[in-house]
Amino acid sequence: SESSIWNRRIKEKKLLRKQIKASHTLLKHEGIHTAPHLVVANGGLGNNVSREELSAALKEMGEVESLLMPPHKPYAFVTYSALKAYTHLNGQKLQCGESSVMLCLSYVNSASVPLPEGLVLLEDFVSPEEEALLLAAVDWSSTNEDVTAQKALKHRRVKHYGFEFRYDNNNVDKDKPLPAGIPAECLPVLERCLRNGHINVMPDQLTVNQYESGQGIPPHVDTHSAFEDTILSLSLGAKTVMEFRHPDGRVVAVVLPGRSLLVMKGESRYLWTHGITPRKFDMVPACEQQSPDHVTPEPGTRSNLTLSKRGTRTSFTFRKIRPEPCRCAPSTLSPSTPSPPALPCCHADAARLEEEYVHRVYDAIASHFSSTRHSPWPRVCHFLSSLPPGSVLADVGCGNGKYLGVNPEMIAVGCDRSSALVQICAERGFHAFVSDALNVPLRTASCDACISIAVIHHFSTEERRLAAMRELVRLLKPGGHALIYVWAFEQEYNKQRSKYLKEHNKEHHGKENLTKNTSEDRREPHGKSAIQNSGHLEEGYEPVGKVTDGKLSVHTNRTAFNTQDLLVPWHLKEGKKPGEEDNLTAVFHRYYHVFHQGELEQLCSQVDGVKVQSSYHDQGNWCLYSKINANK
Amino acid sequence: MKLLTHNMLTSHVKGVTKGYPLLIKATEVKVNEVEFNPQFVSRMIPKLEWGALVQAAEELGHRQDLPGELVQEYEKNEDFLKKVHRVLLEVEVIEGCLQCPESGREFPISKGIPNMLLNEDEV
Repeated sequence: SESSIWNRRIKEKKLLRKQIKASHTLLKHEGIHTAPHLVVANGGLGNNVSREELSAALKEMGEVESLLMPPHKPYAFVTYSALKAYTHLNGQKLQCGESSVMLCLSYVNSASVPLPEGLVLLEDFVSPEEEALLLAAVDWSSTNEDVTAQKALKHRRVKHYGFEFRYDNNNVDKDKPLPAGIPAECLPVLERCLRNGHINVMPDQLTVNQYESGQGIPPHVDTHSAFEDTILSLSLGAKTVMEFRHPDGRVVAVVLPGRSLLVMKGESRYLWTHGITPRKFDMVPACEQQSPDHVTPEPGTRSNLTLSKRGTRTSFTFRKIRPEPCRCAPSTLSPSTPSPPALPCCHADAARLEEEYVHRVYDAIASHFSSTRHSPWPRVCHFLSSLPPGSVLADVGCGNGKYLGVNPEMIAVGCDRSSALVQICAERGFHAFVSDALNVPLRTASCDACISIAVIHHFSTEERRLAAMRELVRLLKPGGHALIYVWAFEQEYNKQRSKYLKEHNKEHHGKENLTKNTSEDRREPHGKSAIQNSGHLEEGYEPVGKVTDGKLSVHTNRTAFNTQDLLVPWHLKEGKKPGEEDNLTAVFHRYYHVFHQGELEQLCSQVDGVKVQSSYHDQGNWCLYSKINANK
Repeated sequence: MKLLTHNMLTSHVKGVTKGYPLLIKATEVKVNEVEFNPQFVSRMIPKLEWGALVQAAEELGHRQDLPGELVQEYEKNEDFLKKVHRVLLEVEVIEGCLQCPESGREFPISKGIPNMLLNEDEV
């Protein structure tokens, strides 16, 4: 009948919409364009669909060549004579225990996740004989410590040749070569690398790391300033899994088999962090021939994934010392100066530093920054909501104005140093103007409340931070209140890691639903509201990405701070236009002074007429709630 | 820039002691209708510098017949509150500048946004 045809059409349309949505999500999560393998959205381990259940449904359509079910993911990949399955399975309901899911099929080019840009993995790069020679070339006995700068780090043993890599400043002393150069056994391997075009110049520094089962290395980016673009990492002994993480949250786990060579260049070298999670087993794709180190596959992931028990792995990392300071690869070209500035010693210096590393950056990233700042912080909202109707509020450093509309019964005005951000406030209909937080053009004692959220940490001297606080206090009426938030040095407090740190592991450990958009506010601690899964960050953390010579260090996003004054990278995403290739990601560096516990109170105690009502730690920030004395 | 903002702004140039109120030199003024909330307006009035508001409205030719002195019991005077609502929240300076009454320093207003940044030698 007509109505049943109508109903069927509606159903088809609905399914098509779901399919399109699933393929978009896939593109976003894995960078896979849908086209001869099939991806089965909602048919994944992450949706509690077991291999047996899905497999039974798939087999009805013909012989399944392979079925890949990535761990924790809400989808699976299937390869077989695809057309029949596509026609019959698309839109079919699958009963899984109590509940049922609707399968949604699309063609994909490949059922594997692409490697980060610039990353090449060459298996069997060295022969078993060469492997044995290389391993024998490393003398782990402690008698030659001085020649090779041998160290036992918390999570691995390490040895340096050519130059010592110093973990205190993450750099090498270019003028102090070690007595022991790169062992001769390595030369045939390196010459092969040159011949095959993996490198253009001979490396002059070698770091040998030895990891026992259960050991690892925290996520890091190799120092820009110290080494040339290409980094070679030769894996010997047992296989391991290295995780590459993109600042946007993507995680790619790369299996490094023994005797393989990993070549890191470009984005994989500068933009993605890499690290090895300390654990005793890895989940790896099963091989044809089961080698003895493979153990029984985990139930539910049989035949494609298996647990691999870690053994001792020795890695040889070859690098070329950079003779001059980093010019940065094009993909990470800093639109500010390539060489980080030093901490300022005078007022004029400080103003220049902030101009370049705070003001210009916010103007440049304003629209992307604003798009990640849509959730006001609950405790700030609570403060704003507690103010009596008709209160005058000044938000000094208001950004995109996300706090200006929280309590519509207030008279709220905002100001920010960035005219691009103030423009966004104005477009939202808020009262805002462009001003510096050190000289706010508002009448003295005109406000009932002032907030300064994530602002004062951008001032580069204590004098200026104090001046900013004084200025805030000047605006307040007697009896008025101020709420100040600054980024905390302590990203772990009361044994709780901040969301900023937790975000690092989120993609990896979290269960996602393919049809849900989960990416927002991924980058920074400010303005997040989603509850994240907890993960375990590696201990024994070593500072990464630092620059020496009294220069400010560049922080690695989503890692613990190792210094109070630093530059924090912002990876600018430009909107992609249809038909355009991926745009380059520009990296901007913002200056921050992260506050130690008690530092904000100490600063406040220098301002007359203010009483601290309370101070607290809120998701990686130190916060101060204070009241202006009635007789100010 | 709405006149509510103007009412709070002051010149902050170094050495200036009488920087309030700022003079408005407008080249483009818009009037946008905003929902009238009598309670909100009457709560706002005690927070204002009344003289500065009337002067600003006058400068822009939008004073209507607002009195130089604040009227008594304005909370119940809806007609009055509507006029205040209009000058505070509906009249908007899009282009022009604000001028410090003492130093003569001009602060540009562009796309409705006053830029109050000072030069290094002014702080």
